Amino acid sequence: MASNSQHDESEQASAPGERLPPPEGEATLIDTDYVIGQDNLTASPLGINLDIHGKVFAVSAAITLFFLFVTLVFQAQVEPLFNATRDWLTGNLAWFFILAGNVFVLLCVGLIVSPLGKIRIGGSEADPDFSYTGWFAMLFAAGMGIGLMFYGVAEPMTHFETALAGPSLENGMRTDWSPLGGAPGDPQAAARLGMAATIFHWGLHPWAIYAVVALALALFSFNKGLPLTVRSIFYPVLGERVWGWPGHLIDMLAVFATLFGLATSLGLGASQASAGLAHLFGMPAGNVTMVLLIIGITLIATLSIMLGVDKGVKRLSEINMVLAALLMLFVIIVGPTLLILTGFFQNLWAYVAHVPALANPFFRDDANFSQGWTAFYWAWWISWSPFVGMFIARISRGRTVREFLVSVLLVPSLVSVLWMTAFGATAIDQFVSTGFDGVKTAALELKLFVMLGQLPLAELTSFIGIVLVVVFFITSSDSGSLVIDTITAGGKVDAPKPQRVFWALIEGAIAIALLLGGGLVALQAMTVSTGLPFTLVLLVGCFAIVKGLLSEPRG
Amino acid sequence: MYQKFMVPIDLAHVDALEPALQVAADLAGLYQATVCYVSVTANTPGPVARTPAEYAKKLTAFARQQGIEHGQQTESRVLISHDPVADLDELLTQAVAELGADLVIMQTHLPRKLDVLLPAYGSKVATHTNASVFLVRS
Repeated sequence: MASNSQHDESEQASAPGERLPPPEGEATLIDTDYVIGQDNLTASPLGINLDIHGKVFAVSAAITLFFLFVTLVFQAQVEPLFNATRDWLTGNLAWFFILAGNVFVLLCVGLIVSPLGKIRIGGSEADPDFSYTGWFAMLFAAGMGIGLMFYGVAEPMTHFETALAGPSLENGMRTDWSPLGGAPGDPQAAARLGMAATIFHWGLHPWAIYAVVALALALFSFNKGLPLTVRSIFYPVLGERVWGWPGHLIDMLAVFATLFGLATSLGLGASQASAGLAHLFGMPAGNVTMVLLIIGITLIATLSIMLGVDKGVKRLSEINMVLAALLMLFVIIVGPTLLILTGFFQNLWAYVAHVPALANPFFRDDANFSQGWTAFYWAWWISWSPFVGMFIARISRGRTVREFLVSVLLVPSLVSVLWMTAFGATAIDQFVSTGFDGVKTAALELKLFVMLGQLPLAELTSFIGIVLVVVFFITSSDSGSLVIDTITAGGKVDAPKPQRVFWALIEGAIAIALLLGGGLVALQAMTVSTGLPFTLVLLVGCFAIVKGLLSEPRG
Repeated sequence: MYQKFMVPIDLAHVDALEPALQVAADLAGLYQATVCYVSVTANTPGPVARTPAEYAKKLTAFARQQGIEHGQQTESRVLISHDPVADLDELLTQAVAELGADLVIMQTHLPRKLDVLLPAYGSKVATHTNASVFLVRS
């Protein structure tokens, strides 16, 4: 119990015989003597109030500085090292990532249909904190918005090309990058396979990864009364030890992955947005443009977190969703409408038909694809999962488990299918029907703009495209800073404002340092490597979810 | 002159709020007013309470104890927020109208340079409500 001498003469209704009032309605709290914030340091240097978890904050900050220093100073030496680490992990442990991904999907689908789906996050009487639109906009914007902008055209097109070219062998080893066996010489089949592979990477599996982390955190925080930090997931396994060093390490790893995941994405995104600006308006795509972009994104993100979740993050996410929906509708209406609409169902079917083979972890002969694409993606999603999952958890109180999983798993997956179909199928159609090979030959970051260039109002839509890229980064950056702040404050969401501002600024500073000093790609490789320990965290999360849900009262 | 006071408090920092609590008690005695203690808390588990319901229970107990100590009518009200640091001002401003409070007594810090960026909480309540505001500086 947190209190020392509270009077028990409360008029507040609480269930009879309960020592601690449960959250709204029935829920089973975990009995622990840990007081949230008990290990925190509070101070007011220079009039700025601080409230931080001393060990997690200090060590995370030290590790961050260390990696930043090493990457900048010994760039030539660490880049091969980090890349080799990533390649070794995705190469040798591809089966592990792919297998774990399947476990997450099966658990989520199983929970949707099981009676446990009725349990409500935050107690049986809890009301949802956000409306469906606000909630959905935020979880989507935090989850994958930015990737959809870049891979929406690029990935279906790439898989289509490699599948069409078919397998090529060298010394009995496949050197091509086509998914499964490819579809040599058959454009229709290649398009279907390409779309199925893309949907596989952007559909159920990534969202199941986020859902597992989010559900575990939400359950242990809102129903069990543990602090909102990653370590709480481990309570069923480690017990009271999660409040000591094992827990500190888990939280530090989460901070590290989130900070560098965001900073490297911010850097790479800035280079992509500036490439778009150069393509559109002939602006110089140099360091100055990129640094200005990062500064702009960071300042808006800072403003957003100062305004808070409701007035900042939620509003930006909603603007974002409206813009993205308009752009998608435009492509559907102006592009090959019928092809996209029929394609939606065909691609969904192609996905269903190909997913057993694509998700098979063992005896794959398409090593380049399953390791270079699938395992890389899984590691990347998983390294983002503490941040996205924690943010989703924070905004999901009041939903039932079933409602939560349907909304976090199925709805975004369907939206991804529609998005990929609209952008990918349009690009493939441009190539197949009219022989336009601009998208095929364009650089990865320009494919979207080249595709839009073939449609009317190209200037306007490309500009909206760039705005979307930028706003998606802002929404990732602001929610990420909130998450890091909460973890480094020992699970307190009401730590003083300067702390969250600090993390947002640090993120921008790291991105600029890496952009100018080099090493963005190297550090991204390092971040992906955190996918391995987090896969273990997620597997523990699966166990914790089941154990936690089973102990909840079922009404 | 005043019938209802609103006193925003944070149960995690009751010690630091002692001056404001004392002022509230003294003035309530003078005007025979009801004192309503208001807290804004997160819906996530925190240091004071692990659920919003537990926080409400503790605040009720706190209000009752203050009432007994000073021989006054007291009430309490907990406002739940998913981002208390950002929403505090707005929630307190709304609470003034909802409670029908005519005097707000709250603890604040001394003016400082940072106030341009991070203004003290009391200033917004003063500029956005019709109630009188008594800022107690420590």
